Amino acid sequence: MLHSYPKRVPIIMLALTVLLVFYPLWGPILIGDGSDFFLEKLTLMLILGLFAMSLDLLVGVIGLVSLGHALFFGLAGYTLALASPSYNAASLWWMLPLVMLVSAVSALVIGALVLRTRGIFFIMTTLAFGQMLYYLVSDASFTGGSDGLFIMFKPTLTIGDQTLIDLENPLQFFYFVMGMTLLTYLFLHWLIRSYFGQVLDGIHDNEHRMQALGYATYGYKLAAFVISGVLAGVAGMLAAMQYGFANPAQLGWHLSGEVLMMVILGGMGTLFGPLLGAFAYELLHYAFEHLTVYWQLLMGLTIILIVLVLPKGLAGLILDPPRLGLPRIGVGGLFRTRPAASNKTRLGLAGPQKHEEG
Amino acid sequence: MDPVFIAIQLLNGLQYGLLLFLIASGLTLIFGIMGIINLAHGAMYMIGAYLAYDLTLRTGSFWLALLLAVPVAVVLGLLIERLFLGTLYRRDHLYQVLLTFGLILVLNEAQRIIWGSDVLSVPVPASLNGNIALTGNLQYPVYRLFVAAICLLVAGGIYWIIRHTRLGIVIRAGAVNRDMVEGLGIDVRTLFTLIFSIGVGLAAFAGMLSAPMTSLYPGMGDNILITCFVIVVIGGIGSIKGAFLGSLLIGQAATFGPVLLPALASVIIYLIMAAVLIIKPRGLFA
Repeated sequence: MLHSYPKRVPIIMLALTVLLVFYPLWGPILIGDGSDFFLEKLTLMLILGLFAMSLDLLVGVIGLVSLGHALFFGLAGYTLALASPSYNAASLWWMLPLVMLVSAVSALVIGALVLRTRGIFFIMTTLAFGQMLYYLVSDASFTGGSDGLFIMFKPTLTIGDQTLIDLENPLQFFYFVMGMTLLTYLFLHWLIRSYFGQVLDGIHDNEHRMQALGYATYGYKLAAFVISGVLAGVAGMLAAMQYGFANPAQLGWHLSGEVLMMVILGGMGTLFGPLLGAFAYELLHYAFEHLTVYWQLLMGLTIILIVLVLPKGLAGLILDPPRLGLPRIGVGGLFRTRPAASNKTRLGLAGPQKHEEG
Repeated sequence: MDPVFIAIQLLNGLQYGLLLFLIASGLTLIFGIMGIINLAHGAMYMIGAYLAYDLTLRTGSFWLALLLAVPVAVVLGLLIERLFLGTLYRRDHLYQVLLTFGLILVLNEAQRIIWGSDVLSVPVPASLNGNIALTGNLQYPVYRLFVAAICLLVAGGIYWIIRHTRLGIVIRAGAVNRDMVEGLGIDVRTLFTLIFSIGVGLAAFAGMLSAPMTSLYPGMGDNILITCFVIVVIGGIGSIKGAFLGSLLIGQAATFGPVLLPALASVIIYLIMAAVLIIKPRGLFA
């Protein structure tokens, strides 16, 4: 895991942030009539970026591959829909803590169970728990069945009678989401470099050794699982506000697979990578959708291609740019980062693999 | 409850469980020996069902369709293994998850392009259409009994291969220690191709058999995939015996659940899985 990046990383990220902040200036000129629509898409990309970063804490930092992360994303949407009063708006001052509490409790219960398993079992059980909730809300009547629930009013953010941010206003909502995503980035950036994060990193490298050193790794993993679930919940709440509804698809396993893809496309374990990955994935998604109704075919082929050719994601390209111009080295640059990663798995395989996997 | 009703439910559960075993056995073998988590397994079940539909339509005979569809499915499995999986054996499960997730999207979309989004059905072959009187007042569809019998035959065949043949010894050894098997000079690469082709071939075969019993729709493989994951988790990864008993258990739970516990019908199999995880986190037979 990298703890300090070359200077070009903050420069690129800062440039992209500035570009986003000033979207209202260049958007209408460049895109014209579609600029309002694209603003909503950008808002969604920021939300998915937050979601992808929350998953990166599990996948990239600890090496826990969850295929049920959308569970917390969707659950938060339903929490918002069910807890909102029918005829007026809720206040974000209590809605946000409520959503975080519901996410934390559910992550604690599910995490306590799924973290008893490892490797492939962890993938399968997270998937199964996600689907369990999916079927529960698809069948129950109080969740609106497969249609889901509408959210008529976005929560308000006020002090006294003074509206701080009008979340119904798309531009203000965009900046609000950007603030939340930035805050999450800074929080995770700090967390990964804290003592707690160092222990998680150690678990990633060798959990048995960490246990031998006296760390109760289960507790650390559970704490990280809860933090990750809460952040996914925040993202899910923002997404439900953006869509105006909560729907079973928001917690289905296809979304879990997609967010995992965003993490890998961006570059896992780098935090800024998954954020980029969310934007790249969604941009590809829209491009393919415009191209053909069978866009999933192109998306699927792209996913396969990225797994085969670019396993370190966009972050890998930024951190270790391929030297184009010299073809031999250029291609080597793409692959050069692989031996380190595969070496680790090879060591794991040579060891008592069955004990790891169950 | 009416005893006839219970008997029919038991038979339904048994037949469904046996069908699930065809799919889950491939899944558990592919993981146990190859170390590959194959999300596209359910999509192969779907492809099998649509192949049965397509070839029945073309040839006019369900049996001829079966005969033709099985090799097609096996070759498709072989191509997937050779083209895509070769690079993944030594890499993290994460990449296997993503690559096979990409395959699902591709296969699902290919299905939509070739056969469209409408719900389709395959008629029960005439020779097996009808009911059989098991006792005085217990009627049961012949085709379902036939499917159960075929599945039992296949299960027996798998058991025989694994217990009593040289290939079976290699498979069992591979499930315990892959590297050692390779070290002993066995061509693991060919073994992997064989197991993957047979595994997904079995899933597709299950799809073909169930085509006359269910409706065909896009994404029909997704649900069955997750049910089979639950079975593999319950039985223990790599354990054929676990997959068999897990399939029978889930088959019964899925048939009796909606009757006995209608409120929990959709989640009952996950509750069973959670219970097993609490007692034995590595599955009952690992």
